[in-house]
Amino acid sequence: MSRYRNVTILVAILFVQVLGLAVQVKRRSGADESTRIIRLWTVSAVTPLEKALVWCQNGLGSIWNNYVYLRGVRQENRELKFEIERLRLEQVRLSDDAQQARRLQALLSFKETYIAKTVAAQVIGSSGSEQSRSVYIDKGTSAGVDKDMAVITADGLVGRVLRAYGSSAQVLLINDQSSGVGVILDKSRLQGVIKGTASGEVVLEKVMTDEQVTPGERIVTSGGDLIFPKGVTVGTVMKVTPGADLFLNIRVKPSANLSRLEEVLVITKKEDRAPAVAETNSVRAVDILTQRLPSVPDKPPAAVSQPPAPVTPAPTPKVLIALPKPRSEAGVNNSAASSAAATAMKPATGHKPAAADKPASEQPAKLAAGKPAGRVASKPVVAAPGSSAVPSKPGPSQPGTAEDIPH
Amino acid sequence: MPITYTSQEQVEVYRFSAPAAILIPLVALFLQAFLPLRLHFFSLFDLPLLVVIFFAVARRSQVSGLVTGSLIGLLQDSLTHQPIGIYGIANTVVGFGASSLGAKLDVENVGARFLVTLFFYAVHEVVYFTVARGLVKLTLQWSWGHEIGGALINAATAAVLFTLLDRFKQRA
Repeated sequence: MSRYRNVTILVAILFVQVLGLAVQVKRRSGADESTRIIRLWTVSAVTPLEKALVWCQNGLGSIWNNYVYLRGVRQENRELKFEIERLRLEQVRLSDDAQQARRLQALLSFKETYIAKTVAAQVIGSSGSEQSRSVYIDKGTSAGVDKDMAVITADGLVGRVLRAYGSSAQVLLINDQSSGVGVILDKSRLQGVIKGTASGEVVLEKVMTDEQVTPGERIVTSGGDLIFPKGVTVGTVMKVTPGADLFLNIRVKPSANLSRLEEVLVITKKEDRAPAVAETNSVRAVDILTQRLPSVPDKPPAAVSQPPAPVTPAPTPKVLIALPKPRSEAGVNNSAASSAAATAMKPATGHKPAAADKPASEQPAKLAAGKPAGRVASKPVVAAPGSSAVPSKPGPSQPGTAEDIPH
Repeated sequence: MPITYTSQEQVEVYRFSAPAAILIPLVALFLQAFLPLRLHFFSLFDLPLLVVIFFAVARRSQVSGLVTGSLIGLLQDSLTHQPIGIYGIANTVVGFGASSLGAKLDVENVGARFLVTLFFYAVHEVVYFTVARGLVKLTLQWSWGHEIGGALINAATAAVLFTLLDRFKQRA
């Protein structure tokens, strides 16, 4: 018997492991709970080392980049300033379109899912296996990260949280073969499912062969899977070939660089709400340009400190959503755009940006406190001849905005 | 007395101190999880497997080899999102096989270590793919080029790594 002792032990251990596998495969949904302890132990043993190493690496990198390696920074700064100027003007132009779209959405009682809160996290480790495309981040349940939360970068979608531990979480990447993301093609509006392959590529499935898909077309999330918010960039179509069955073989290039992830954002809160149509002060590209021209100085402080006159809404039309306005008259709603525009106006007016920059949902508190919504507009804006002064228009929650539109 | 095909009259059996036995596998796991993020080519390496082979060959005990392989494999599994046991089974088989071979052959020189690692890397991959496809129904692609490349790289690494790990050996 002792002759076969080692072989018996081998068979016994293999049998136990096969049995364990069978149980996990049978109860796919409950497998996570049954193996949680061993995963927790391993992750607890490995992630502190990874965190420490990433921390040291970032510290050294930061010292090198911020204090030593500053070659070409002046030139880059100059170029970035030019870029900001150009983007600022473009933003004002694009915000007209956004405003118009929001008005139409409000008219249709359209509700969107907004990204309400995100948590920034550092990627500290991987699964260590080519067959499991997942990474570990340094934020867990203590930071509000939970299972099935979407993970993105500035470039695009990364994946979703698969397991959340106390101070770390495992993120399943979109190029893993067990992942699946509901997507929509940006131009053709065709819907499909993004999946990973065994070799780590990303493919778009469930698009019929008779549909027209062109390489280079952008792919965004559809929001249909209730995990990923709608409209997040996933990637672009790289190659389209007819498949063996009724569907096309579409290879996708992910927007986010999944093999070189460093920092990600976890979407910890989403909100369903109707688009806020905040009618703010009209700011045009020409206004921004004219504000930079030499102008008459501000009034003395005494004049400014006078109590603001009660805001009486101008006799504006009750419903603003009538027809698309001409570009030169449309208001600015995009908060980023209006804040950029307000910043551009700051030196000439000497006032802080108006509270109307914020979405309608954040406005009532300030209005209730008696502060006029259009503070910038309450003071006459001194502008160069030929420019259009910022007109006084009611705040977002005042009569005449989209909130009062009977649906 | 078992027949041994070695260059010496008696094969030497080694043991390891408790800190070395615990820390070496943990460091291997840590490097395996950490380095592929910075050095993408590192995903070709399988450091935990190399550690299993090293411990199994040095200890020359089948039970010790299969238990070491089983534990390291299960830890490796727990870092992935797949069911626990796939790496466990593959490393158990490798641990048992390597310790059996270590008891019969002298695998102390670089050339023998290279060949042993090459062989057991192939065994590991075959068992892993069989279990993953047959039991867990994972869709895996077998690429000869990738597997041969992986085997050669890991075998070359083992030749260097085992020399470093020899410092932790203690005569039993």
